[in-house]
Amino acid sequence: MESCNCIEPQWPADELLMKYQYISDFFIALAYFSIPLELIYFVKKSAVFPYRWVLVQFGAFIVLCGATHLINLWTFTMHSRTVAVVMTTAKVLTAVVSCATALMLVHIIPDLLSVKTRELFLKNKAAELDREMGLIRTQEETGRHVRMLTHEIRSTLDRHTILKTTLVELGRTLGLEECALWMPTRTGLELQLSYTLRQQNPVGYTVPIHLPVINQVFSSSRAVKISPNCPVARLRPLSGKYVPGEVVAVRVPLLHLSNFQINDWPELSTKRYALMVLMLPSDSARQWHGHQLELVEVVADQVAVALSHAAILEESMRARDLLMDQNVALDLARREAETAIRARNDFLAVMNHEMRTPMHAIIALSSLLQETELTPEQRLMVETILKSSNLLATLINDVLDVSRLEDGSLQLDLGIFNLCAVFREVLNLIKPIASVKKLHVSLNLAPDLPEYAIGDEKRLMQTILNVVGNAVKFTKEGSISITAFVAKSESLRDSRAPEFFPVPSDNHFYLRVQVKDSGSGISTQDIPKLFTKFAQTQSTATRNSGGSGLGLAICKRFVNLMEGHIWIESEGLGKGCTAIFTVKLGIPERLNESKLPLMPKVSSNHGQTSFSGLKVLVMDENGVSRMVTKGLLVHLGFEVTMVSSSDECLHVVSHEHKVVLMDVCVPGMDGYEIAVQIHEKFTKSHERPLIVALTGNTDKVTKENCMRVGMDGVILKPVSLDKMRSVLSDLLEHRFFRGHIEMKNIGD
Amino acid sequence: MEVGQMQRRLVDYTKSLFMEGFLDGQFLQLQQLQDESNPDFVVEVVSLFFDDSEKLLNDLTMALDQPNVDFKKVDAHVHQLKGSSSSIGAQRVKNACIAFRNFCEEQNIEACLRCLQQVKQEYYLVKNKLETLFRLEQQIVAAGGSIPLMEMGL
Repeated sequence: MESCNCIEPQWPADELLMKYQYISDFFIALAYFSIPLELIYFVKKSAVFPYRWVLVQFGAFIVLCGATHLINLWTFTMHSRTVAVVMTTAKVLTAVVSCATALMLVHIIPDLLSVKTRELFLKNKAAELDREMGLIRTQEETGRHVRMLTHEIRSTLDRHTILKTTLVELGRTLGLEECALWMPTRTGLELQLSYTLRQQNPVGYTVPIHLPVINQVFSSSRAVKISPNCPVARLRPLSGKYVPGEVVAVRVPLLHLSNFQINDWPELSTKRYALMVLMLPSDSARQWHGHQLELVEVVADQVAVALSHAAILEESMRARDLLMDQNVALDLARREAETAIRARNDFLAVMNHEMRTPMHAIIALSSLLQETELTPEQRLMVETILKSSNLLATLINDVLDVSRLEDGSLQLDLGIFNLCAVFREVLNLIKPIASVKKLHVSLNLAPDLPEYAIGDEKRLMQTILNVVGNAVKFTKEGSISITAFVAKSESLRDSRAPEFFPVPSDNHFYLRVQVKDSGSGISTQDIPKLFTKFAQTQSTATRNSGGSGLGLAICKRFVNLMEGHIWIESEGLGKGCTAIFTVKLGIPERLNESKLPLMPKVSSNHGQTSFSGLKVLVMDENGVSRMVTKGLLVHLGFEVTMVSSSDECLHVVSHEHKVVLMDVCVPGMDGYEIAVQIHEKFTKSHERPLIVALTGNTDKVTKENCMRVGMDGVILKPVSLDKMRSVLSDLLEHRFFRGHIEMKNIGD
Repeated sequence: MEVGQMQRRLVDYTKSLFMEGFLDGQFLQLQQLQDESNPDFVVEVVSLFFDDSEKLLNDLTMALDQPNVDFKKVDAHVHQLKGSSSSIGAQRVKNACIAFRNFCEEQNIEACLRCLQQVKQEYYLVKNKLETLFRLEQQIVAAGGSIPLMEMGL
């Protein structure tokens, strides 16, 4: 045998087995070559495959395996050494790669498995999110429904519309079969079916309020599922067939106005609730879901608010109507009262006249009769007639006075009068009666009492007379003392009259008069009654003394009109009593006695006023106009002093000068300054001379300046005699009623 | 000339003064102030006016002659003159003074000088007239008559 490089297979080739091996190897190779191709193809197709290099490795491994098996095909028969070498190389390579791959797979496979886990996880997550999305969507739906419902409910202020709308909308949103509202009755013991969705006219169906199921619903603010068989849910007659749907009930708080405090939230501790019952359609097997219950609760709250708004509105409308009615009634009452007053006044006026006329006749004729020749009995009779008719006349006057005083139509007649004279007159009037009763009357006038005062002389005298008269009337023996003085501030405040705050001022003073008698006195409990009309004390002694009981009431009215106060003190029965009153009187300016009776009466006859002897001061820089002014004043009768400068003027001016006439339009010399200084110099207004400006300027500025510095008048130069006369007489006259002097602009 | 004639002449003369605007109602007022206790009131006042005015006019001339005219002072003087003239009823003098014052405010020297001239002119005119009037009155009084009171329908 020749030696060849061929390798002999280990065992002799069996024909059949060899054939099968040959074929299998071939197919294996084929498969092994196609697998990577497939892999590459599919991987290329898929976008994501992270392990490319694994693929390469795997591909290499398979290719080599295939190659190995392919090359194996040649080793079945005699093959050359090259084939054997190639075979060996291939096998070696395959071994290497497959080991590497095996090692690699140890790492790879767990990764690949975990991918699967992650995929599962993500799938779960997605499912969960889907679920949540569904929930949110449902919630949003619910929210939308609620908003829409709220809008519907709140868009009206009418209670019925609100409730109807609620039921309708709820029914629509939730697809309800029936929806009903039970309201508490007025008594609060029952619930009455007030509104339903489907049934048009709910019968006045009532249910007692204290059922356990109702209490259950009322005690919770949530929507509560209740049994369809409970009375509130049984709204239609039961028919055997149907399976009623689920029923839910919720409470609707009925908020009262009083629940709303200003700074608080309303407390829901109100006792009153209405009940809203909602029924799902029967036979539908639908269930109440959580979000639907929430919807129902929210709606119930909104309804409560809307109802309370409606209630507030109703309340305010009612209040307004009530007010209007009241106004009308009040108006009517006022008009009736006015008519009544007018009627009474008319009556009084007529009666006044009608009553006085016969009285006058009686008194006049009786007094005339007295003058004639009469027998003693006749004289006595006539005297009695006269006395009685005088009394009657006084009564009539009193009654008429009081009624006039009451409706405030009485006004004081202010005027200047001699105060001391009033007292002396009263004394003179009372002396005869007092001397008959052998009473001693003394009058004590304080030295600081002004001689003249401004007030209502007649009524003051009436008051004093009344008080003194009462003193005389109720005193059987002893003495009467009358004291009058000017009240000082401390003594003005009396504990008896705490609300009396007299404020003496420059122009007024308070006259205090005390009348003390040693008569029968008054018991302390009777004192308050003294000033009431027609009330008499019960003792027979006073009854017999006569009088209508009106005197003190009238006095009190007069005293009040004079801004004063009157009261009576007594230590008890039999201990005498003191009547005290204070009145406010005006102080007249100090002036010539001769003027006094004249001034208040002179109205506007200027020509009559005489200025003789009145001192005036003329200040003018211009010699000519000074002389002219002097001439005017001298002609009118004044006593004129002339100065030509402001210093001289201030130096010379005194309280003796009644008027200061000054030229104010001279530039450089400030007439206004002088006016101010004169004001400062004479603080008491009744000492200060009147200041009159003479000016050639008619403009407003000058007038305003004059007003500002307190001038009493402005005269435009050149001034005529008549003008001067009228201006000065006006000013001097009005001085007496000073208190509020207006600028008399007596220019042209 | 007998009294009646003189009186008539006086009345006519006075009327003419009023017509021509030399005097106004204020002069009548002055005449009314004259009575037994004050027989020469009008003459006294008018004399005072003449003296015052002479002085004022001199002051005014001097004031306007200055290189730096002090208009305030000028105004003060004119004001005085105006016051005096209106007090006795010298209407034309017063009007001239008013115009003068306006130019003083404007500080217009030429116009002021012109006004001064005018015032002086008016003043001398009225002085002349019044002096004539008083002479007539004196003549009447000397002849034993009485001064007729003016009844003017003014």
